[in-house]
Amino acid sequence: MTFNINLWVQLQQIFQFQFVQHAFEAGTIVAITAGVVGYFVVLRRSSFAAHALSHIGFSGAAAAVLIGVSPVYGLLLFTSLGGIWIAALGRRANQRDAQIGIVLSFMLGLGVLFISLYTGYATEAYAILFGEIVGISFSDVLLSLGGGLIVLVLVAVVYRPLLFASLDEDVAEAKGMPVLFLGVIFMLLVAFATSFAVQVVGVLLIFSLMVTPAATAMTLAKRPQQAIIISVAISLFATWLGLFISFYEPYPVSFFITTIVFISYLFARFIYPKIRSLSSYFSRKC
Amino acid sequence: MVATQTEKVALQINSSPIITAEKVAAGYADNIVWRDASFTINRGEFVAVIGPNGAGKTTLFRLLLGLQQPFSGTIKIFGAVPKRGNPQIGYVPQRHIFDDQTNVESLELVRLGFSGKQWGLDLFSKNDRKAAFAELEAVGATDLAHRSLGVLSGGELQRIFLAEALVSNPSLLLLDEPLSNLDMRRERELLKLTNGLVRSRSVTALLIAHNINPLLPYLDKVVYIANGKVATGTPKEVLTSDVLSALFGVQVEVLRDSRGNIGIVGIEDYHGCKPDDFQH
Repeated sequence: MTFNINLWVQLQQIFQFQFVQHAFEAGTIVAITAGVVGYFVVLRRSSFAAHALSHIGFSGAAAAVLIGVSPVYGLLLFTSLGGIWIAALGRRANQRDAQIGIVLSFMLGLGVLFISLYTGYATEAYAILFGEIVGISFSDVLLSLGGGLIVLVLVAVVYRPLLFASLDEDVAEAKGMPVLFLGVIFMLLVAFATSFAVQVVGVLLIFSLMVTPAATAMTLAKRPQQAIIISVAISLFATWLGLFISFYEPYPVSFFITTIVFISYLFARFIYPKIRSLSSYFSRKC
Repeated sequence: MVATQTEKVALQINSSPIITAEKVAAGYADNIVWRDASFTINRGEFVAVIGPNGAGKTTLFRLLLGLQQPFSGTIKIFGAVPKRGNPQIGYVPQRHIFDDQTNVESLELVRLGFSGKQWGLDLFSKNDRKAAFAELEAVGATDLAHRSLGVLSGGELQRIFLAEALVSNPSLLLLDEPLSNLDMRRERELLKLTNGLVRSRSVTALLIAHNINPLLPYLDKVVYIANGKVATGTPKEVLTSDVLSALFGVQVEVLRDSRGNIGIVGIEDYHGCKPDDFQH
């Protein structure tokens, strides 16, 4: 496709295609849910658990492909069970990381077996590992929409108790909050968000939507609500821009998305603080 | 002298027990850490809980919070068996500081102390914000409201934790080693602040500490936990060589220096300043 300098004409052109519409719809839903859930992942220092869930999901997706259903069902089932298991380990268990890692690698091995049993091997494995958003079907979009809504409603319901338990677990527990139950809800949120995000960026690059935007947002904003909005904005921006570029360049969408979020992180981490200290320096002079 | 009516009422309020323990034994797993503890703590009292490491000071708090049950005996708080989630208790657990990646403003933590138990989204409620600011003002920390938790010093954090505990308007405060990471000046400041708040709101406060000396000017009562036993009373009653020797069955000496500082010798460790303390 050739690039037209008039952006509006450009957008009209690419949105003629149904697969483009679906990609943008699914991408938008995934970016919002991952951006929201990601904030809690970063706040709870659970990025390793999120990483593990996506790998556990890999074997689920592979199993689903093997029995001939959409990978997202396998992802949902495996990540939900995995999430409940990880939550049950508790936050304070010393060996938690080791246990998660052990199960993670076993599940990955299982996934490799399922993939090799499946004759369509290469493309399916590639899609699960790195995402294949341009091939997304309308029913997948509807499924993502339903899942995304469930995630957002659930976050709205548990918002404050979850924030409390994430920031100050001991006091929340003493105050009678069900911290273990909240841990399970949190991991289920991660499981759902992961399952849908895999369609866009794949199992291996899940961090780019679940962790990087939220970590970036947390360096930029001290209020949780603001940070969540910024996190969503970054992942939306990266997904849209990544999709847009990928229609003109022959490289994978995931590459563009991961690059954009990475650049935003570098900016927030290293350049933004300098700008801030500079501006406060000048404002002090006045 | 005849007491006036209001003084009588004040006396009654002052002497009504908030916590009663009768022959309580407690510990964790199948390990009893102390037994035969009987004491009462009355409304409005400022109480120090002291004793060596591992003596079971935090265990007492966990009993009061309903997070664990006594092995035997009965403990009652506000006339009932302790239950987790009692809104009348404000709790500041012993904890480390937040790491510097936790970029969340301290106002948020105090707000959660007020409305953290509320389910559902209520973005437009300004009540918790108002309450949080009032409490931050009470602990002298309004200037910290928009600072990130990850960059606060130990003393600043303790003020925030105190505000978080007080914002739900509790009648009992449980403070677990709030002084542990503070230098002497901050220690004195925090104690003065805590004492002022406890007195002005007639809140009952239990404070776990290692060293009783900085607390002596403020205390009504001491709960001394050591060697598997618990001694309770006013500092003058409890902290004497005879009482502690008789209770613990070993020779204990309570030393006093010219400024009234106390050192207790003979129970596991020495609760004054050890010579080691000056070396590092």
